[in-house]
Amino acid sequence: MRSLAKLEHALEAVTADPDLHAAADEILKVSEEVLEHWIVAKGDDPTNDTREGFRLLALHRQGAKGDPSFNACRETCREIAYHFNLVTLQPEHAETTDRLAMMKMISNHLYLFVSGKMQVAELGEFCCSSRPVRQATDVDAQLTKEA
Amino acid sequence: MTTKDKYKKVAYYPGCALEGTGHAYNRSTKAIGKELGLDLVEVKNWNCCGAMEVKNIDPKIQTYLSSRVMSVAANEMDMDVVMAPCNGCYHNLKKAEYDLANDDESAAVVDRLSKKAGHKTYESGQVETIHALDWIKDAIGEDGLRERVKNSLNGMKIANYYGCMYTRPRHIFPEKDAGPGSESTSKPHFMDDLLEAAGAENVDFPLKTACCGGAHTLSDSDMSTKLVLNILKAAKLAGAEVIATECPTCHSGLEMHQIRAEKVFGEKVEIKIMYFTQLLGVALGLKPKKVGVHENISDSMQFLKQKGLA
Repeated sequence: MRSLAKLEHALEAVTADPDLHAAADEILKVSEEVLEHWIVAKGDDPTNDTREGFRLLALHRQGAKGDPSFNACRETCREIAYHFNLVTLQPEHAETTDRLAMMKMISNHLYLFVSGKMQVAELGEFCCSSRPVRQATDVDAQLTKEA
Repeated sequence: MTTKDKYKKVAYYPGCALEGTGHAYNRSTKAIGKELGLDLVEVKNWNCCGAMEVKNIDPKIQTYLSSRVMSVAANEMDMDVVMAPCNGCYHNLKKAEYDLANDDESAAVVDRLSKKAGHKTYESGQVETIHALDWIKDAIGEDGLRERVKNSLNGMKIANYYGCMYTRPRHIFPEKDAGPGSESTSKPHFMDDLLEAAGAENVDFPLKTACCGGAHTLSDSDMSTKLVLNILKAAKLAGAEVIATECPTCHSGLEMHQIRAEKVFGEKVEIKIMYFTQLLGVALGLKPKKVGVHENISDSMQFLKQKGLA
């Protein structure tokens, strides 16, 4: 799993040229790894299962388990999957380049949302409840220090 | 009584934001209500809904605060519908309603605090809480709007942005996802429907329910700016000239971080941000000032003039 900073750079570096399919694959992979960070921070092992053909959707479901606030990125994940299908199933479409650019932006939103949740502590209960994760990681860090 | 008739006169709960940064939303909501012949009766002596600040510390106090608003509407004003245009207020009233119906402990806390405060305890189901979108959609409807449009938005390309609190969490909105005609929690469309009836052309906008970073605004401004910048750029890529909003927090965030993005990250995205009530008002023939366009941070007057709407 690449670091969040590396994922941000990897996303920025994605271009449609020369291989559109590979570009869509990379955006999907970055999105999955972003969710893996969240799941690992919560102390779980990221699943390799798929939902509706996408590991991304299974990872989102896993990330939201016991934490309904994580559903705030549910549609973002579904839109990434939808745009992946648009790009890869209709590569000759006139809007394919724009579709890939949009997929990249949606993935960037997922990255910002998840990394924000992981960085900022003690925000609103509804959409930014990162406190439990922070507390868990703080405790882990303390234990590591003490050890 | 039909929903259409029921929504003709509703208790109006503007909430704190509409008296401050969301003033234009307040002004435009009242203006279109008057223009459409709908009666808004402001909830007497209303209080904060509990917003995120109270909820984060003690969710049951938030439930009480929201329940008091509903109690005043039901028991002191004899109203059966409360309309809250702010997504935060709307969400909190719905959450309170859900908690009171499903959590005995919340109901006990609300009862205790209501007695202490000296007002009648709100009983679950006494009022129906609706959003401004439900209000226009059900009381007037798309056909009703089409009949009343004086200045068609004439193909104005709009990205409809609903934010995160209008549809989430799904369980507090039992009327949504209830079959044909109902609102969708995954792909909300009420604002799209209304603005299309006013002549707009809605673009396909994949970030319509994505987080605007509203809760990060003070604690991590750069994160909020990046989230907003991404929304603005995605709307632009989707072909929108305007982002239509229905939440004062999202609206203020989009406007302020649009400016901040240019200052901090050197990225300027030319896109207008307007409340859906402002766009509907203009389409109904109201002057832009009447719906508070001059109160927005971003200047949309020139844009409306170019479109022949001002």
